[in-house]
Amino acid sequence: MEPRVIADRREFSLRGFFLQWEWMLVVLFVAINVMNVNLSEFYWDFDNLRDATMGFLDKAFIVLPMVFIIILGDIDISVGSIVALSSVIMADLYNHGVPMPLAMAICLAVGALCGYINGLLIVKFKELSAVIVTLSTMIIYRGVAYILLKDQAAGKFPEWFGFLGWDYVAGVPFILIVFAVFAVAFGYLLHRTTFGRRVYAMGSNPTASRFSGVRTDRIKIVVFTLAGLMAAVAALFLTSRMGSTRPNIAAGYELDVIAMVVLGGVSTAGGKGRMAGAILAVFLIGYLRYGLGLVNVSAQTMLVIIGLLLIFAVMIPKLRLGRAIRR
Amino acid sequence: MKNRGRIALASETAETAETVAAGGASAAAPKRSASANIAKFRELGLLAFIVLLSAGVQLRNPSFLTWENINDIATNTAILSILAVGMMLVIVTRGIDLSIGATLALSGMIAALTVKQYPGANPALALLIGVGIGLACGAVLGFLVSKVRILPIIATLGMMNVFRGLTFEASGGKWVSAHQMPDSFKAIATGKLLGVNHLILIAVVIYLVAYFFVNHTRTGRQVYAVGSNPESAAISGIRTGRILGLVYTVMGGLSGLAGVLWVSKFASAQGDTASGYELSVIAACVLGGVSIAGGSGKISGIVLGSVLLGILNNALPMIDVSPFWQNWIQGMIILVAVLVNALVKRGIDRNHLMRRRI
Repeated sequence: MEPRVIADRREFSLRGFFLQWEWMLVVLFVAINVMNVNLSEFYWDFDNLRDATMGFLDKAFIVLPMVFIIILGDIDISVGSIVALSSVIMADLYNHGVPMPLAMAICLAVGALCGYINGLLIVKFKELSAVIVTLSTMIIYRGVAYILLKDQAAGKFPEWFGFLGWDYVAGVPFILIVFAVFAVAFGYLLHRTTFGRRVYAMGSNPTASRFSGVRTDRIKIVVFTLAGLMAAVAALFLTSRMGSTRPNIAAGYELDVIAMVVLGGVSTAGGKGRMAGAILAVFLIGYLRYGLGLVNVSAQTMLVIIGLLLIFAVMIPKLRLGRAIRR
Repeated sequence: MKNRGRIALASETAETAETVAAGGASAAAPKRSASANIAKFRELGLLAFIVLLSAGVQLRNPSFLTWENINDIATNTAILSILAVGMMLVIVTRGIDLSIGATLALSGMIAALTVKQYPGANPALALLIGVGIGLACGAVLGFLVSKVRILPIIATLGMMNVFRGLTFEASGGKWVSAHQMPDSFKAIATGKLLGVNHLILIAVVIYLVAYFFVNHTRTGRQVYAVGSNPESAAISGIRTGRILGLVYTVMGGLSGLAGVLWVSKFASAQGDTASGYELSVIAACVLGGVSIAGGSGKISGIVLGSVLLGILNNALPMIDVSPFWQNWIQGMIILVAVLVNALVKRGIDRNHLMRRRI
């Protein structure tokens, strides 16, 4: 691994400002919207757009901590299973007479615990990559969800629970407000705190950062626990929106989330990337899906498109043209 | 005493494959780390576990160890073990391939569509098409991993969805079911030669070839060299990119073959054929002692790993374990196997340090 200087603050230059990955995303974002408007006359409608946004934002909660994980040079493919497990446990507890607010709190706790277990295993067994650890916990967490609920659905939540996924506050979707708050908080954590700087340092060079006094283990555990917690937050909103839950919900979320983060300009080699890019990518993929869905592009074709998008997003920076673009 | 030390060392060197330089055989260590001893007995232990498990299941359900059922297990395990060979090569080079379930489905689907269209065609043609498509899928992955240098997990995760989507596209979301397939095609997997099922024969042939390839060819040894230390492999003149490309292409080819066998065996090709099957294959590999850190793994290990998984899959329903527990059990098996492998590796490393008296 070649050493890399982490600049304190870059000098401002107009060329450097516009040659940022985020600008490419903005251009792509506009292009997708133009395409969508031409594809369907129903696309450019405020109510439709607003409601479509509510539909894909649940994943976005997981994107926020995933940015940290990928900057660390790790990966977490168990997040979809954590969503399923925490959602199933919440529904199961509620159906066994536990009051809903308590069940929701337990849902969050379960998510955080799952994430903590991931982090602990990764830190205690450094010779194992995060890939294999989260691969096995991915199967285990969803396995527990299947043991609890078999192939049944659980639901019959109280009326007010639907508020999370379906309601508006002053015309703005509640989920969007919550997401904005979390996005600002995570962005602040990554770009404005020593914690965030340490995450970058660990991603660039784990050994060097450990020798310079960064508590690498603790940071890694915190980051993975956050991922579990945010997966549980996503579970709350997703369950509320669906009205019921099954052990197979949120299957394949890990792919979508990782695709969004990577498209957002976070390098899988670690140490590079920004929160704003990932958040832009969330909306980019979300509106792309919505627009293609309007013209009856099947879910299977969507799989191909998202898969190719992921591949191209990691490919572009490796090409000559892409290297000029600052990430 | 001296003799025993030498034997122990020999089995150890084999265990860690390329990571250990041979030599100094007579300098057996006086002290040994406990977990390193597991390494010597891992395969023996795995075998013992298989025997114990079979005995236990037999007590609960006497129809387990009948000739028919054993034959059944062998036939069902054949496809898994074929895939495990390719996955071992991929994992040895420090990679992972999550796309094989999708590759399998895609090549199986296209082979099935072909025989549906041309029922008179020779079944060998279906096999050829399946393997060809698998090779093409694998070559794409090999290119992405070796030339574009995308992380294997990202590349295979992305292409998994592409291949899966293409499978649905190819079939228009429909199934190809038994009555649409000619008998000659179904005979690929159900036919017998000298009383032994074709699937078992194919698996045995592949294992023999793989054993020879891994242990007795230059390229085979280079795969291990690339896995245990990519930098020094490159410096010593091994074309690491080519090895990586080869490994993923072989994996794809085997998945393609497995796809045709799968579709022929179950006489049905669906869009979601074998989804999630990659996890079983990875489980078979790590159970068999293939180190996820790369550089080590033995053919004999993955045989045992596949057999153990095959027995579990067959035995759990026979002793009334709910199918809903199977996911969890499989996940725990992978996790425990991976953790034990890691601990064993630590023990071996500690042992080397002790021997060098550092």
